[in-house]
Amino acid sequence: MLTGFKYLLIATFIVSLSGCKFGPVKDRDGVTDTEQQQALTDAEKAAEDQRYAADMASSFAGKALDDPNSPLSKRVFYFGMDSSQISTEDREVIAAHAGYLAQNPGVSIVLEGHADERGTREYNIALGERRAKAVLQLLLIQGVSSNQVQVISFGEERPVALDHDEASWRLNRRVEILYSGY
Amino acid sequence: MWIKRFSLLLLLCMQGILTAHAVLKIEITQGIEGATPIAVVPFAWSGKTAPPEIMNEIIGADLQRSGFFSPLPEQDLISKPSDATTVNFADWRALNMDYLVVGKMYSLPDGTFQVQFQLLDIYKGKQIAGYSINSRLPELRTTAHQISDIIYKTVTGVRGAFDSHIAYITVTQDRKKQKLYRLAIADSDGYNEQIIYESSKPLMSPNWAPDGKRLAYVSFTNGRQEIYIQNVITRETQRVSNFQGLNGAPVWSPDGKYLALTLSKDGNAEIYVLNLQTNKFTRITQHNAIDTEASWMPDGKGLIFTSDRGGSPQLYQVSLSYGGVPNSQPKRLTFQGDYNARASVSPDGRKVIMVHRENGRFMIAVQSLENGRFQILTNSRLDESPSFSPNGSMIIYATEDNYRGVLAAVSVDGRAHQRLSLQSGDVREPAWSPFKNIQY
Repeated sequence: MLTGFKYLLIATFIVSLSGCKFGPVKDRDGVTDTEQQQALTDAEKAAEDQRYAADMASSFAGKALDDPNSPLSKRVFYFGMDSSQISTEDREVIAAHAGYLAQNPGVSIVLEGHADERGTREYNIALGERRAKAVLQLLLIQGVSSNQVQVISFGEERPVALDHDEASWRLNRRVEILYSGY
Repeated sequence: MWIKRFSLLLLLCMQGILTAHAVLKIEITQGIEGATPIAVVPFAWSGKTAPPEIMNEIIGADLQRSGFFSPLPEQDLISKPSDATTVNFADWRALNMDYLVVGKMYSLPDGTFQVQFQLLDIYKGKQIAGYSINSRLPELRTTAHQISDIIYKTVTGVRGAFDSHIAYITVTQDRKKQKLYRLAIADSDGYNEQIIYESSKPLMSPNWAPDGKRLAYVSFTNGRQEIYIQNVITRETQRVSNFQGLNGAPVWSPDGKYLALTLSKDGNAEIYVLNLQTNKFTRITQHNAIDTEASWMPDGKGLIFTSDRGGSPQLYQVSLSYGGVPNSQPKRLTFQGDYNARASVSPDGRKVIMVHRENGRFMIAVQSLENGRFQILTNSRLDESPSFSPNGSMIIYATEDNYRGVLAAVSVDGRAHQRLSLQSGDVREPAWSPFKNIQY
């Protein structure tokens, strides 16, 4: 379990993150085309819902998922090059998500895996999936039901940072947790 | 090495036949010293208006792009004969030309065109090829590419690949920053772009069926990877794979009956072979590492694929018995550096090209499947998706130029280089079509 001090540290980190460009995803690709929208799968809708919720975080109404000071507000995890190793700090945050999901079996999430633009596209899709599944394994061993989690990899197809340098690549090698149904 | 930089201003004259949105502009970035000198004289034209296509320019540009020929600039032509009988061979010998192409084109009462040409060997002083071809307006460029193919075959002994297509993915953004992904095909010189499919979600990995009429590709239109087959002529579309997890890297077998692909439905990325007649999937790889990006051996009896089972992505080969059943343990093929991926096997089965990382740069490399000889062919930093021309002489690939995705081509010996870019947006994942079923 996390100590209060650790929570504080993480919260501080998150607050500092939220001031930067690379907080929760604000990508709204594909929401204007009505035909496309009808074709969206549930998972996709969940992702869009989450994106909307992320944009509306200021309407915090006291629920755990909306609390900017909760570790649950950290939903993006970064990876090293060619790596699907999860850092120690991220393991603690993921544990908090696992706890929340185990207590709320009606809540489901999508784990989106991503890679940077270097290397081949199909390998990167598989690498993004491996990263997302590394997070999935942590959730499952902590009591989350596999029915609550869907894994989708976009590989290098959906970068959040568009420059072609290490700073952008670092932000693009990521797994995002997208909540739905709350 | 002698570097030649000029842009073939391929001005677009989109005859309103096709829904063309953009055109690929081709630039020869590096020519070859010692390329065969050839003069292509403007074709005589009897019409009152300008000729509908400038045949000699299309042919000259084709020959130039091959890297094998060095066409004489039009302003250096000493005369403009249109028939072998009026050619003074001594004049062209004095210009050090090896070959001369002359021709004429006229319109017929039924609205079609007759195109005649002769390929002359300057030193022997005689015709070595000559044809008269009936054509019609939308196909005149195709006729010019067929003439280029005949010239290339006659001189080099190798079948030309000018009368072929490339498929690729383009990505553009509208004013609201909405991305638009398009699957497109174009002639091998970038002309006649036709949009096959478009989506606001990523499209990936186009691959030609051996009949040259169908494409397999990956679409995220329904939110995650799915594999489709689409007929580029009828536009008829069929979804062939939408399992949980990955559905990627589709590649047709040489006989067109199977599709090798990557699925993660059984846990992680593995290669499967789909029998397109029975819809049965046969699992090829069994490993907890990533196995993906299969490429068929031309005899259909094996696959080369990417696997990181050894700790880093490398190419492995597995042999298959009839019906796509694996009959060997995968054998590692590449040992140079810590990243070799996305193989494409040459049409003769003697070489494999790949994406190779060295010093943090991703470049196209070729390795002999006979003796293992390894050579890096390009000199940029973000190269991907290499694809052989159907005659195996050129490789088209995706790279980045000034932060934009562009296509580039390199001769298989690494000597001739060219670049194909869109006017705006990214172009990526080129796939060169097979030969059309025309024999010369």
